[in-house]
Amino acid sequence: MMFNQESRRLLLQGNEAIAHGALAAGCRFFAGYPITPATEIAELMAAELPKVDGTFIQMEDEIASMAAIIGASLTGVKSMTATSGPGFSLMQENLGYACIAEVPCVVVNVMRGGPSTGLPTCPSQGDVQMARWGTHGDHPVIVLATSSVSDSFSITVKAFNLSEQYRVPVILLSDEVVAHTRECVQLPEQKTIRVVDRIRPSVPPDWYKPYEGDTRGVPHMAAFGDGYRHHVTGLVHDEYGFPTQRPSEVLQFQQRLTKKITRGFADIMITRGFMLEDAEVAVIAYGSVARSALKAVEDARKQGVKAGLLQLITLFPFPRSQVTPVLEQCRAVLVPEMNMGQISREVQRVNQNRCVVAKHNRIDGQFITPNEIHGHLIKL
Amino acid sequence: MKTLKPIIDRYELRFSGSGGQGLITAAVVFADAAGTYDGRYVCQTQSYGPEARGGKSKAEVVLSNSPIDYPKSLNLDLLLAMNQAACDAYFFDLNADGLLLVDSTLVDQYPTSRIIAIPFTEIAKEELGREVVANMVALGAVGRLCERVDLNNLEKALLSRVPKGTESLNSKALQRGIEEAEKINLAELPRSIINEEEEV
Repeated sequence: MMFNQESRRLLLQGNEAIAHGALAAGCRFFAGYPITPATEIAELMAAELPKVDGTFIQMEDEIASMAAIIGASLTGVKSMTATSGPGFSLMQENLGYACIAEVPCVVVNVMRGGPSTGLPTCPSQGDVQMARWGTHGDHPVIVLATSSVSDSFSITVKAFNLSEQYRVPVILLSDEVVAHTRECVQLPEQKTIRVVDRIRPSVPPDWYKPYEGDTRGVPHMAAFGDGYRHHVTGLVHDEYGFPTQRPSEVLQFQQRLTKKITRGFADIMITRGFMLEDAEVAVIAYGSVARSALKAVEDARKQGVKAGLLQLITLFPFPRSQVTPVLEQCRAVLVPEMNMGQISREVQRVNQNRCVVAKHNRIDGQFITPNEIHGHLIKL
Repeated sequence: MKTLKPIIDRYELRFSGSGGQGLITAAVVFADAAGTYDGRYVCQTQSYGPEARGGKSKAEVVLSNSPIDYPKSLNLDLLLAMNQAACDAYFFDLNADGLLLVDSTLVDQYPTSRIIAIPFTEIAKEELGREVVANMVALGAVGRLCERVDLNNLEKALLSRVPKGTESLNSKALQRGIEEAEKINLAELPRSIINEEEEV
């Protein structure tokens, strides 16, 4: 057996697959600041973007990186940045701006041990709740998690598509294990990839209301320079994009922001089930830990334990509609995480005492092994 | 080329030593050969400290004929230790019939009689004139001894990844490693007396 490289079978790191995914999704602007374990994304974007008439800028810090991708996206260019925990902290202020101004963009956070500079080369899942609630105020955001090299490609494409469809920042969580694992992948041909672009206004410029939601609650987005003059602000604004404090307008605006995501739940919430059909116990996992969990579940099955795995690709909005049936069916679920229980609390919230929700947490900078999960699982 | 040995479930290798010895590079080349060229499923992972040089460094490759779930090693089949600290730290991760391969230039206390000691660094320095290719001498030996990768493909993968102008040096280093490994008779190595299956 011999595979040649022409067939695009490549040995890639998770980080490199994210960069390839972004390019395939149409990303043509990247601004960032290097940080372990996310740097390879910037490195590849720096090499590849100029070849497709894109732009790469290394910024002075992560605050500016986030600002730059918002600006680029407002000119109609799909944009991305990538960082790790310390940089993600710096991005929070401008991330809120992207939420309120409804600027599509993708922010990759390759999680490492924290807080602060923490453990630069060690894996973690400590930024899960931060991804959801890091920026202030009630705000809509979509958070996805990748677990393998091929996922890193396809979920990045999905992240861009959702971002464009809902005009919302999408946060893609990876972790050091996924980021630096190399696997052989066969990248799909460009013509086979479904790419979604933001809807642009079709009305004459004089009629354009830049923040009027369409039937989905999503405003049509003009690019700066298209001839549709409009105002963009971080203040709560009316349909014309100008600041307002009128309760009726504020309420309408806030509700639309939330509802545009709620309406899309079925499309946004992505999970994967393994051996769940007759499962009596299940693991609910995401990111690299889902791989350990799959091995643990397979080992448990070999011993006759009816175990299954629900892998969460979408972390937020929390995929209640897929998690609930598992909680109803199983006598116990185990949520292994490289944090103190940031998703298990979501599972418990949804569970409402239907079944036992057990946690398995690791915060020493080491990857959770299948043996640990297996040992815990068979006792449930 | 002799036919490769079969892989049952998983075959796991670890390249270990200190940062700067090129262990991650060696593992990447191995994974590329086995994955891209041989067409197996591979997962290559690594762990290292925040330092640019020095500190512990290890890189792993898992080979399989089916998709790999857990990407890191569970029960090592081959351990390459390029210094004493790595040998001491990781020896007990190796399964009883696994292969321990050490750089005898830098490792002098052997934890087992079932060991293959080759002076990779010395060969690189004295014969090839560049200490920096010790990793590729070791890679050649690993490739030959594990019998799970096509050696021609290993060289192809190597040549596709090294800087221009260093092809012949790297290729020579790989061949020297293979030659050294040819001298080893695996059947004559001491082996675990109790069969693994009965050990429990």
